[in-house]
Amino acid sequence: MTLLEEKQLSFAEETKYATTEHHEPSGLVKWLTSTDHKVIGKSYMFTALVLMLIGGAMALIMRMQLTSQHSSLLSLQQYNELFTMHGSIMIYLFVGPFAFGGLANYVVPLQIGAPDMAFPRLNALSYWLYLGGSIIMLLGFFTASGAADFGWVAYAPLSSAVNSPGAGPDAWIAALILTGFSAIFTGVNLVTTIFYLRAPGMTMFRMPIFVWNMLVTAILILIAFPVLTSALIMLYADRHFGMHIFSVKGGGVPVLWQNLFWFWGHPEVYILALPFFGVVTEIIPAFSKKPIFGYKGMVFATLAIAALSTGVWGHHMFTTGVVLLPFFSLMSLLIAVPTGIKFFNWIATMWGGQITFTTPMLMCIGFLITFLMGGLTGMFLASPPVDFQMHDTYFVVAHFHDVIFALVLAAMGALYYWWPKMFGWYLNDKIGKIQFWVLFIGVNATVIPWYILGLHGMPRRVAVYKVGMGWHALNIAATVGADITGLSFLIFLLNIYLSWDKKVKAPSNPWDAGTLEWFTSSPPPTHNFTRIPPIRSERPVWDFNHPDAIAIAAHGQESPLANGRSPSDGSNGYAQKDTALGSPKAGTTGMDKSS
Amino acid sequence: MKIEGIVLIGIGAFMAVVSVGYWFWSGEPSGTAMLIGAVLLGLLPGGYYYWWAKRMKPRPEDRPDATTREGAGVIGSFPHGSIWPLVFGAGAFLFGLALAFGWWFLPPALGLMLVAATGVTTQSRRGGAI
Ligand code: HEM
Ligand SMILES: [Cu+2]
Repeated sequence: MTLLEEKQLSFAEETKYATTEHHEPSGLVKWLTSTDHKVIGKSYMFTALVLMLIGGAMALIMRMQLTSQHSSLLSLQQYNELFTMHGSIMIYLFVGPFAFGGLANYVVPLQIGAPDMAFPRLNALSYWLYLGGSIIMLLGFFTASGAADFGWVAYAPLSSAVNSPGAGPDAWIAALILTGFSAIFTGVNLVTTIFYLRAPGMTMFRMPIFVWNMLVTAILILIAFPVLTSALIMLYADRHFGMHIFSVKGGGVPVLWQNLFWFWGHPEVYILALPFFGVVTEIIPAFSKKPIFGYKGMVFATLAIAALSTGVWGHHMFTTGVVLLPFFSLMSLLIAVPTGIKFFNWIATMWGGQITFTTPMLMCIGFLITFLMGGLTGMFLASPPVDFQMHDTYFVVAHFHDVIFALVLAAMGALYYWWPKMFGWYLNDKIGKIQFWVLFIGVNATVIPWYILGLHGMPRRVAVYKVGMGWHALNIAATVGADITGLSFLIFLLNIYLSWDKKVKAPSNPWDAGTLEWFTSSPPPTHNFTRIPPIRSERPVWDFNHPDAIAIAAHGQESPLANGRSPSDGSNGYAQKDTALGSPKAGTTGMDKSS
Repeated sequence: MKIEGIVLIGIGAFMAVVSVGYWFWSGEPSGTAMLIGAVLLGLLPGGYYYWWAKRMKPRPEDRPDATTREGAGVIGSFPHGSIWPLVFGAGAFLFGLALAFGWWFLPPALGLMLVAATGVTTQSRRGGAI
């Protein structure tokens, strides 16, 4: 059958879903009872962004404290509570839920042509657990003991009932048990959805890389989160039922907590990062007008990163003296290889493409630069002799903030990219560009002073510091940087308001992108698709919209036009660029394996 | 189905190599135990999928040449909405409060979760409407 015939057929078809007749509720009731992955995804993103603003406000207060050496703005206790809650909110409640609860929830079913997530009601439960957990964590501030103050890592024995008594720490534990279950449920849901609800012809190696990354993220969640949740239950039992799992006094082992925590903690780092690697892998091809370079390499790199990251947790424990240094160092350094592959593929995708520097694209370029800095300094820290010097200094703080700010840049890119799909109108691109520059400059102005402070030996988690160490000016610089970063989020809010005020309607495929979510209307109807194009490559919508474009399929993919049609004259931009790069004439490049 | 299986088995196999190496090099039990957990997480579901893949025809989503028409028909039950996740979530929220603030939250917490679990089950039987 030729492509054209098939296309006509698909117009006539409507996939049917088993839904019973019912009266549609509206307003608040609709939101409270919704099991639509799009509604849940948006709720997740909204909640996560609100929490980010709360956590960000805490960061700015801490920076204010640090602008002078002996500021009395905060007491030491308050400072401890703030850095604990700031870190906890950002890691547990913002980046992760935004990525796998928000973005993945919204985008994955659309990208694979599914009507919803596999378990819609479980999906809704995930969100309510997440919301409940987040509220409980914040309630810690209103307890007599104050919020948890043992750092977001809750090391034993500091987190014991003797050293950190009170309801605040218990609220912290309870919150993370709830959000832990929420993450596990989302993981199960994502894996099942991706394995069972793909559209016909959407083979595993035709899934968008974002979907691949979410699959691998979900598998990592299933490996890592049960360990954290069990460790929290053990900690709770220690605190309340006298279990002594983590206290020496009763025959326990405090460092066991670190092993359990980081066995979750490092995979978590990639649970946060892989979704945004996926985002970048969607945005860069869309705005370079080229298919992703090295599709299978990307998939393999994602799998390799995930597998390796499960064996590196000890690099957070080098200075404990009880971990196998060479093993963890070797495994950590190995992660640079697949990460490097990804970087090369992203750059190769842009290379020779028709790049348009829209806001999402700028955010992705910002991501590349920032993540590169974070990744490279991670390599330093993965060498024990360096880490012995740097551990618990601002160098480590700078390292992981570089990494996480890179993810925030990508998250902003994702919002600008999928916003027209989610709401049917655009965010303003001009204001977006301003936001990008403010954010990018702010991040670097914060993080670079931190690197230098770390090299000069300033310890992390201190509210006051010595005079005469040369740290003061750098701290002021970091505070200014943090304020600029904060400003960028105000610009974002302003952009939402202004764009909402003067809505510019978005068509179904505003970026001329290639993946399935751009085939359905903006915003998509309940159950997502009324029709689905034939899926013959990892860019079905591109194939559909550009039937005469030369079929330069991604590597190893068969071409949509391979069925006996000869390639045309190379009138699309990509083919010409490719020729200009010196490769043989497009269409005879041999990339089209199936013909 | 086959590739799904192979992906999981591959992860399990890699983790097996890591756990063996880790155990003989470090002799540290907690990390080894968790690594073995990761091995099982890869091998058990992966093996299951692979076992099925050998016994069934490739599904339309496994075949590169499948047409849209082959995906037509009933895919599954996707309820439009349900009150029970919210009720269960409220129960879990109270359970969290019980952990932090006192055991008197426990009875309502367990009550709500029980009601929600029952509700969700009967709802499924009726075919997914509210
Ligand atoms: C190239 C990959 C990476 C390597 C080799 C690496 C290595 C390291 C090392 C060795 C440490 C411990 C430093 C110390 O405490 O002395 C560390 C800390 C940290 N890293 Fe990375 N990292 C990498 C990527 C990431 C990513 C992607 C994230 C987040 C998404 C991240 C987040 C963190 C965090 C949160 C900490 C601080 C933990 C704490 O509170 O002690 N890292 N990293
Ligand atoms: Cu790590």
